[in-house]
Amino acid sequence: MIQFTNISKSFDEVKAVRNVSLSIDEGQLFGFIGPDGAGKTTLFRMLNSLLIADEGSIELFGLDPHKDYKKVRQIIGYMPGKFSLYYDLSIEENLNFFATVFGTTIEENYHLIEDIYKQIEPFKKRHAGKLSGGMKQKLALCCALIHKPKLLLLDEPTTGVDAVSRREFWDMLKSLKSKGITIVVSTPYMDEAGMCDSVALMQNGQIHAVESPKAIVDNFQKELLAVKCNDMYKALLTLRNYENCYNVYPFGEYLHYIDKRDSKPIEDINDCLLKHDLQEIEINPVKPDIEDCFIELTRKLSV
Amino acid sequence: MNRFLAFVKKEFLHIFRDVRTMMILFIMPIAQILIFGFAITTEIKNASIAILDKSKDEVTRELTQKLLASDYYTVSDYLSSEAEIESSFTKGRNKMVVVYEPQFAQNYEKNGVAKVQLLCDASDPNTARILSQYATGIFASYGEMAQSNGIQAEVRMYYNENLDGFYMSIPGIMAMILMLVSAMMTSISITREKELGSMEVLLISPLKPIQIIFGKVTPYILMAIVNILSILALSYWVFNVPVKGSMALLLFECILFTVLALSLGILISTVAKNQMVAMFMSLFALMLPVILLSGFIFPIDNMPLVLQWLSNIIPPKWFIIIVKTIMLKGGGLAHVWKETLILVAFIVVFVGLSVKKFNVRLQD
Repeated sequence: MIQFTNISKSFDEVKAVRNVSLSIDEGQLFGFIGPDGAGKTTLFRMLNSLLIADEGSIELFGLDPHKDYKKVRQIIGYMPGKFSLYYDLSIEENLNFFATVFGTTIEENYHLIEDIYKQIEPFKKRHAGKLSGGMKQKLALCCALIHKPKLLLLDEPTTGVDAVSRREFWDMLKSLKSKGITIVVSTPYMDEAGMCDSVALMQNGQIHAVESPKAIVDNFQKELLAVKCNDMYKALLTLRNYENCYNVYPFGEYLHYIDKRDSKPIEDINDCLLKHDLQEIEINPVKPDIEDCFIELTRKLSV
Repeated sequence: MNRFLAFVKKEFLHIFRDVRTMMILFIMPIAQILIFGFAITTEIKNASIAILDKSKDEVTRELTQKLLASDYYTVSDYLSSEAEIESSFTKGRNKMVVVYEPQFAQNYEKNGVAKVQLLCDASDPNTARILSQYATGIFASYGEMAQSNGIQAEVRMYYNENLDGFYMSIPGIMAMILMLVSAMMTSISITREKELGSMEVLLISPLKPIQIIFGKVTPYILMAIVNILSILALSYWVFNVPVKGSMALLLFECILFTVLALSLGILISTVAKNQMVAMFMSLFALMLPVILLSGFIFPIDNMPLVLQWLSNIIPPKWFIIIVKTIMLKGGGLAHVWKETLILVAFIVVFVGLSVKKFNVRLQD
């Protein structure tokens, strides 16, 4: 089990992490979701002992990353946000290097990385600098896994990777989870939250909610409407000024609208938009997804 | 041990796969030594001079011949009057004008005294001084031959009989190249890991800081040894600079100095955040003092007292003294043990500081 208790961390004037407390169960696939600058990387670096918290304490499988940093570093497989392998070494050389440095061999833990490594093995002589984003990420994952860590710590692994590769990557994580490895991932993509067992929504150094993605969505109690018409920008401005509007924001090709009242306001909104010369109006109730919940949470906190 | 070897192997791969690194490591030292050896010498060769011979007799002709035979001068103009002297300096490249008085040979034979005037372009004072000294010497030796009376001073230049400027600069060039290769390249290669983010992964790994540091340093020690050997070979075969003392001792001192430079490089890398900063720190904090304060180009004895004190904390100063003693004077360890100890002391301080500053974390 991983336990954060009242963790805070500042860099000069910037409070990167503010009073964070949460716990992550062993064997979970846990996600930190939040925009850039939310404090995810700082939190990760405190967990893996590269940074020391200003306040609060962290416990990681019974160890303190501050005092027992040597032990902690052995049980963690860490993949930093930036691709941080050697561009001028080939796939094979990179993997061999990290295996040796962590006191193991590729053969010894091949079963762990087999599924992933097989995909990049045909290119094993190629220098890492010449790999595609998805391949780099697979290689980095192999290198982080090679010493059979108890905890896999992935900092924004899918940033800059195409949609198909992202999908594949999450499938890989699920299969790793089934091998008993605890996985902690951070991501700025809301749609990836659904893949986690549990997610923490993070913003401005604070944790807003720690729940399963399903519970987060279920907790969303407002009526959500998707609005579409011929001039979306004008519609957005119009609805923002509409007296009963609780919140409205662009969401893909629609606007997501929430009304202050509990009753179904579809007719009223339609009238309001017609009054402003908007046409081809289309209004439908929709189910909220995790992004709507995140927007709602941050709104609640900022008000 | 396996970990360490894997690390060293990785470093070698970095070096061999980067063309620019290879150029800096192998081409630059050779280029530098050739440039310094051939181009930048304090000797003067073929300076152009003008002659104003008011006598035009056999003695002045013989003297002019002697001047020309020396390699130091070439005559560009024969002037006919004093009026032309000024313009021969301003319009031309003449550095010196030799004026013989009228009836030079007669005066010389009758009175034993004849006057020759040397006019030098002192806008470059060093050249002017050297040119006039050479010429005075040549005239004096002619006088001595003709009349062997009076007191004669016989000068002999020890350790460098021909006063070759290159003898002077070889130890300095060695110091400079070793500093560059070792300090700059290590500091850059360590900061590159910081910049790439791979340092984060290395820190997380079970590699000890000391293993990371030694792993970084080992390849560069080997590279430096290759450089030392090529410098010595070049200076021996191309410039005929001998190694009078023990070769083994010289190599040992060179390696000692390399280790010193490497420890400085590590110290720089613990302070510098990225490759750019590391490079500038190595260039300005290391190269300039090496060139200016180590006695490589400017004699330390001529410096203001404050700078003389300052030169004591410039490690290359001691290395240059050691190399000069061993290579040119043939001195042994008995003559350089003090300087050697000073180098060792520097190493201890730098390594101590960098191990203390090397962080197992990302911040203090």
